[in-house]
Amino acid sequence: MTIDLDQHIDPSLISVLEKVHDPEIPVLSIMDMGVVRYAQKVDDVVQVKITPTYSGCPAMDVMGDDIIKAFENENIKAEVSLVLTPAWTTDWITPKGRKALEDYGIAAPLAEHADKEALLGNKKIVKCTNCGSHNTKLVSQFGSTACKALFQCQDCLEPFDYFKCLK
Amino acid sequence: MMKNENLIQYIYGIADNALILGQRLSELCGHGPSLETDIAITNMALDLLGQTRSYYQYVAQLSGEGKTEDDIAFLRTERQYKNVLLVEQPNRHFGYVITRQFLFDMFHLLLLQNLQNSKDEMLAAIAKKGIKEVSYHQRFSLDWMKRLGDGTPESHNKVQEAVNDLWKFTDELFHMTEDDRIAFEAGVGVDVASFKTLYLQKVSDILTEATLTVPEIKWFQKGGKQGIHSEHMGYLLADLQYMQRAYPDMKW
Repeated sequence: MTIDLDQHIDPSLISVLEKVHDPEIPVLSIMDMGVVRYAQKVDDVVQVKITPTYSGCPAMDVMGDDIIKAFENENIKAEVSLVLTPAWTTDWITPKGRKALEDYGIAAPLAEHADKEALLGNKKIVKCTNCGSHNTKLVSQFGSTACKALFQCQDCLEPFDYFKCLK
Repeated sequence: MMKNENLIQYIYGIADNALILGQRLSELCGHGPSLETDIAITNMALDLLGQTRSYYQYVAQLSGEGKTEDDIAFLRTERQYKNVLLVEQPNRHFGYVITRQFLFDMFHLLLLQNLQNSKDEMLAAIAKKGIKEVSYHQRFSLDWMKRLGDGTPESHNKVQEAVNDLWKFTDELFHMTEDDRIAFEAGVGVDVASFKTLYLQKVSDILTEATLTVPEIKWFQKGGKQGIHSEHMGYLLADLQYMQRAYPDMKW
């Protein structure tokens, strides 16, 4: 584990990295998630550094293996390591990634202040991914994974996950 | 400059809390009182184990000798764990679990908020990451404290008994060990005693809001930070370490 403050990604490697997806949210590539912090070719070996979404996220090990496999398919050797700083934030999810989340049935994270209002149940601002109504309520602060909260729409009654804002 | 051995011991004092509480919470996997609380508690366990891994990987790197995070988690003896007594207390009932969590979360967040300014870059990074997660834990346990305290007579009584029982473990959170003091003087560690008053104020406010009484006791139990644990610790470790003890060096 190391610490690195800036994102350095060789543009020629992006097409391969985009083939790797979050195993728990298969519609999102790791590039859309914003977890790739560094990818450079050094002496014929691609060095990739990823940052965990949550400290205990079990998807990180799988993502690491998948990155190595994706490069293997291109006959390139890759090595993956973890970086901790700066800590991942949901702001790094790309607009394309947010759209993919919504289409998949997971409400995309709101901005920090709005997120607090939503999670404290003060305001109805999380939009139902099924019918688009804002008449939704928080069922649990933790959903199917640590990064999500569970909501239910009070119009169409559909339960859905909301990706919590992490800043 | 701090000696590696002091730094390692200092990290144990923080990391072992996360491991042992994570282990306690993971015991509830599949046994929570409702699906939502079950999932929430196991998610918190996962966050804590994730934080533990970051700390232990760092310790492994500091100690060299080919040590791994697994050796540190699974192959130490009881006296080598430096967690506070509070986190090893058993899951008597849901109100007890929530009270233990609440009393720890309130401390944990203050600790990490201070630790993020550490001169040790790795500890600062782990703390920054942890703050985001622990803020959610605190929101969860605080919410439930109010709901149970200000709930039915039964929930109120059960959670008040839990507060009365666990209160004796709160003072230890703010004891400075020799390693804590060395780490603090080196700019690496946190002076936990410095936010004791703030902690008591915050906790008392929430207990009062939850219609609960803040215990007034003079006697507090300590020892975990020196490796002297309560009788529950041995059983917990037996569960935690079983696989590595029965099948040394086994891997997934």
